[in-house]
Amino acid sequence: MSSKVIQAMYIDDDVLMAAVKKVRQENHHIEEVFTPFPVHGLDKAMGLAPTRLAITAFMYGCVGLSVAITMMYYIMIKDWPQNIGGKPSFSFLENMPAFVPIMFEMTVFFAAHLMVITFYLRSRLWPFKEAENPDPRTTDDHFLMEVSVHGNEEELKALLLETGATEIKVTEKH
Amino acid sequence: MYTFSNRLRLFAIISFVLGAIMVGLSFASVPGSVEDMKAMEADHGHGHGAGHGDAKHDDGKTAHHDDHKTEAKEHHGDASHGEAHGTEAGGHHDSAKHDAHKLGQLQNKPWAAVYVAAFFFMMIALGVLAFYAIQRAAQAGWSPLLFRVMEGIGAYIIPGTIIMIILIVCSVMHWNHLFHWMEPSLQDPNSVNYDKLTVGKSGWLNGTGFIVRAIIYSSIWIAYSVLSRRFSSRQDEASDNSNFKKNFRLSAVFLVLFLISESMMSWDWIMSFDHHWFSTLFGWYVFASMFVSGITVIALITIYLKSKGYLEYVNDSHLHDLAKFMFGISIFWTYLWFSQFMLIWYSNIPEEVTYFITRIDDYNLPFFGMLALNLIFPLLILMNSDFKRLNWIIVIAGIIILFGHYIDVFNMVMPATVGPNWSLGMAEIGAVLLFLGLFIFVVFTTLTKKPLLAKRNPFIEESKQFHY
Repeated sequence: MSSKVIQAMYIDDDVLMAAVKKVRQENHHIEEVFTPFPVHGLDKAMGLAPTRLAITAFMYGCVGLSVAITMMYYIMIKDWPQNIGGKPSFSFLENMPAFVPIMFEMTVFFAAHLMVITFYLRSRLWPFKEAENPDPRTTDDHFLMEVSVHGNEEELKALLLETGATEIKVTEKH
Repeated sequence: MYTFSNRLRLFAIISFVLGAIMVGLSFASVPGSVEDMKAMEADHGHGHGAGHGDAKHDDGKTAHHDDHKTEAKEHHGDASHGEAHGTEAGGHHDSAKHDAHKLGQLQNKPWAAVYVAAFFFMMIALGVLAFYAIQRAAQAGWSPLLFRVMEGIGAYIIPGTIIMIILIVCSVMHWNHLFHWMEPSLQDPNSVNYDKLTVGKSGWLNGTGFIVRAIIYSSIWIAYSVLSRRFSSRQDEASDNSNFKKNFRLSAVFLVLFLISESMMSWDWIMSFDHHWFSTLFGWYVFASMFVSGITVIALITIYLKSKGYLEYVNDSHLHDLAKFMFGISIFWTYLWFSQFMLIWYSNIPEEVTYFITRIDDYNLPFFGMLALNLIFPLLILMNSDFKRLNWIIVIAGIIILFGHYIDVFNMVMPATVGPNWSLGMAEIGAVLLFLGLFIFVVFTTLTKKPLLAKRNPFIEESKQFHY
């Protein structure tokens, strides 16, 4: 399915923010905004749903903690109890303080790495993927807003120019 | 301008008076001699004493239970017990000596309860001063709306430190025996109690130096509290930013002096209870405790004032930031607690590990319970970013955190002063009520003196616009 979109270019993030608010006020659907850096508050202005990445991070952390506990229990208590510094080597609970740094590190490790991987999957990013941004200048100093067109091209163009767009382009998106 | 509501004032006065009565009663009910102590124990043993409260009955039970423990320890020649007695040649604990020792601990109990509560509220004010100085020195843009609240809490440092100095003078005058190292017989080469280690430390740990240092620390903190508040209110009416700049410089200097004085204060006022024991990160550990308690109190008082219709520009983003600090510093506190505990537990060196053995043996519930209160609870409840903006969540988390850090101070002071004879009874609750009343009275009276909005602060507009 292909659809027609208007791409409006801006050169200032404050102008962009005002434009996003204005376009949404006029009930047009903003497909995507490309920015060279994270613009504070843009997600709220665009009306994006809050991220669920934090929830996955918490779950991954719990997985990491469980893996660490199981691992330390198996290695240090069950399979091959070792006497280190005269600590009781047959009880997990009494040895627990020594395992806390490992539990902590594994929790952080799992949460961080799996969260990044989830982020890549969710954003459909993988190695050698072709860039999706329509204009390479959005990686430098330009901001681009993509608005879907439903037979109201001229009206939209006028609105976008009014909000301070410096360039306007209509393309087919696949 | 804020007006101190009559209901809150009444609450503060009632709390103060009730606390004072409870503390007074617990001082009056301390056994004067070994015979008194035995008679009181016998009373509780028979379940007699309709006139005594429940708390006291519990005391009897704990004491009874701990008797067994202490006996068991003596048979095993437990290191910690020997430590608590100082160095007694031979280690023959005859029963008379044991009774005298226990009597000393029971006589210490109300003093220690007052000391813990006095220190706890002083530490809140000190933690707030440190937080405030950091905001000033960093020229933070989000917080100037809360400056008057912080200055108000910081003003409690004056009565707080004065009470601490009075308590310390009482100890040095031997009106109580909270600090075992002050015992003169430890310094006497002809005494059986002669303690070479304590004599070696007497260059630092001596009564005169102790009081002089306490006065120096307190003067630094009081001076900052008073001067910074003065510059801050002058800035309101000023036509330039010179007072603001003065406050910036003053805060930067204070932060340096604070870290040194706070660290030494924690050795003096807390660590010297266990005068054979030392920990190099103790200053940080106490600092983390006072910092998180201070930030929590800022959040609670801000929520209170906001609910009464003051602080109109404070929004939930300001509270969100305070809650983030509560969350973060709770984890920081645990990190320091664990760093201190794990290394000592792992290396298991007798002179170090006794500190934790007494706490795990005699203070098991408060010692491990405070981890649940200070780490697990704030960690889980304040993790969600939306929860940090809900007033009732912050209030619940704040009360738990404050209780947890009271227990933390309790765990630092009690084992060396009352040993196994601890309880959260009339003396402890009374002392908390007493200082809570005083704290509320001083803080809210100070808040009425100046407008709650620091209107001429160069960052005030940024603070008003602050949003997440």
